[in-house]
Amino acid sequence: MDYEVPSIWRTMQAKGYSRREFLFFCGVAVAAAGLRANGLAQVVEAFESKPRPPVVWLHFQECTCCSESFIRSSHPIVADIIFDTLSLDYTETLQAASGFQAEKTRDETMKNNQGKYILLVEGSIPMAGDGAYCMIGGKSSEQILKEAAEGAAAIIAWGSCASNGCIQAAKPNPTNATPIHKIVNKPVINVPGCPPIAEVMTGIVTHVLLFDKIPELDSQGRPKEFYSRRVHDTCYRRPFYDAGLFVESWDDDAARQGYCLYKMGCRGPTTYNACSVTKWNANLSYPIQSGHGCIGCSESGFWDNGPFYQHLGAFPGFGIESTADTIGATAAAVTAGGVAVHAAASAIRKRKLVNIQRAEAEKSEAAREQKEAAPEQTENDGGEEQ
Amino acid sequence: MATARIATYQKMYVWELPVRIFHWLNVLAILVLIATGYLIGAPQKIFDAAEPSQQYWFGIVRFSHFAAAYVFFFNYLFRLYWGFVGNKFAHWSQFIPVTKQRLKEFYEVVVVDILHIRNEREVGEGHNTLAGLSYFAAFLIFLFQAGTGFALYSSMSDSFIPSLFAWVVPLMGGDAWVRQWHHIAMWFFIVFTIVHVYLVIYHDWVEGAGETSSMISGWKFRKDESDDAE
Ligand code: SF4
Ligand code: SF4
Repeated sequence: MDYEVPSIWRTMQAKGYSRREFLFFCGVAVAAAGLRANGLAQVVEAFESKPRPPVVWLHFQECTCCSESFIRSSHPIVADIIFDTLSLDYTETLQAASGFQAEKTRDETMKNNQGKYILLVEGSIPMAGDGAYCMIGGKSSEQILKEAAEGAAAIIAWGSCASNGCIQAAKPNPTNATPIHKIVNKPVINVPGCPPIAEVMTGIVTHVLLFDKIPELDSQGRPKEFYSRRVHDTCYRRPFYDAGLFVESWDDDAARQGYCLYKMGCRGPTTYNACSVTKWNANLSYPIQSGHGCIGCSESGFWDNGPFYQHLGAFPGFGIESTADTIGATAAAVTAGGVAVHAAASAIRKRKLVNIQRAEAEKSEAAREQKEAAPEQTENDGGEEQ
Repeated sequence: MATARIATYQKMYVWELPVRIFHWLNVLAILVLIATGYLIGAPQKIFDAAEPSQQYWFGIVRFSHFAAAYVFFFNYLFRLYWGFVGNKFAHWSQFIPVTKQRLKEFYEVVVVDILHIRNEREVGEGHNTLAGLSYFAAFLIFLFQAGTGFALYSSMSDSFIPSLFAWVVPLMGGDAWVRQWHHIAMWFFIVFTIVHVYLVIYHDWVEGAGETSSMISGWKFRKDESDDAE
């Protein structure tokens, strides 16, 4: 039962990696975790001495795009090593074991590594129908998650499903899909995105491995190093935006010239992600570079913020075509109409009043003229001549 | 009955200089904010031929929006302060009907000026109760607009004031929603302006107290009631 956990370097040696490859991996880890070059020694030391942490990777309501993204990390060696070194003790998608055997592995990993294993969660938790919408091995997702979260050293929520519910949570959210940070009462690292960028995922795992603690998070639980800027802030089309040069329709000349996609519904200005810096597919490109606006996949509730090809979202309760502007313009028109009606009514109803006032004023004016002509004859008893 | 009496008018100092300055700065800021805000939400195709390196007009539109927002915000804070130290017409209690008399006036404004059921009422000097209440609502929306605006701005700025409002973003469910509400609130300002300008003209016409010019000069006029007693 006693479980001697080797270090990452030992594990790599056992798998046949050379020292050179190990150092290369450490170098990449330094970059991925956002350390300075002089952090290399620290990383090498950590990976030589620290026991390699076991990992439990749970899958609930999801499409596995996060796993797909992760295994396509741009440095194959990093992905390999992370997969080899993080002993992925349990992950439904990739493990060889199945059935009772698989469940047993998970339970054992958790038991033998209380307070030490890293818990990665992909997918949201259906809370409706007593959790019947997603059950594994006779247990509800909520049960499995709570058990696993109990002894975890760190919990990472992969992707938008686990961080904010994603498409399952889109209105009307029939299964009551719930992000995990609302269920476990421990700090959760949210890594939203549909899927998150592979390099962001490896970067965060590396950070946790290296420092044994969670990276600095923002108010929504996202690691600041990757989610503190909007896609828009570092978008290479930004100069077009600032110059007011926009694509007006999908195949116009502006689109061919690579103008900003703001008016085509690009969500870059409201989306916090590293796409425009880290890019996708080994730093090859990202949606905007391929001519399509950002759909804001890492923002909570992005499925309900559509339509994707319209700059302003649809306004809730007023139909898919109506934006804030439709409603505002209608309100302004109604107001202007109301003002016109009121003005007309006032002209009729208050005319008499105004006419009386005018007549009084005229009378008073006449009286004053008279008084100026012959002051002593006025009836005004407040006059100075008394 | 030889001649008619001479109506005399009392000249009353109602809007102090700071109130007037607030008002017109507010007008300026709001006009700039609406114009630039609308353009940011729905940019028009203006300069299409030039290279991006040669122009920055959308950047300028945004910059003007942010600059005007600061003017608007500090002006607003100043007005709140003046609500405590200014004269009785500027006092905060003018905006929230607390006394019985003001509630009665509220009713009368609705009956006489809005619904035209009756034709005349006793006209006070400062804001009427309904107007005061609508300005109170406007002040809440000013705050909402400043809060959502600075919340959106907080992600691109390290300065102190926007960071005070950063918590609004998660509360409203992300930048997209903050932006949506910020945009819809802009329409409130447009509707408010229409109604406000119209009612100023209406009151000026019906009451003849110099409503419009009072916001420039500070003075309003009231027929001397002692004359009528004659
Ligand atoms: S394409 Fe999108 S992210 Fe890029 S500058 Fe335009 S609006 Fe911003
Ligand atoms: S560009 Fe936007 S929609 Fe595309 S992956 Fe990045 S955050 Fe998601």
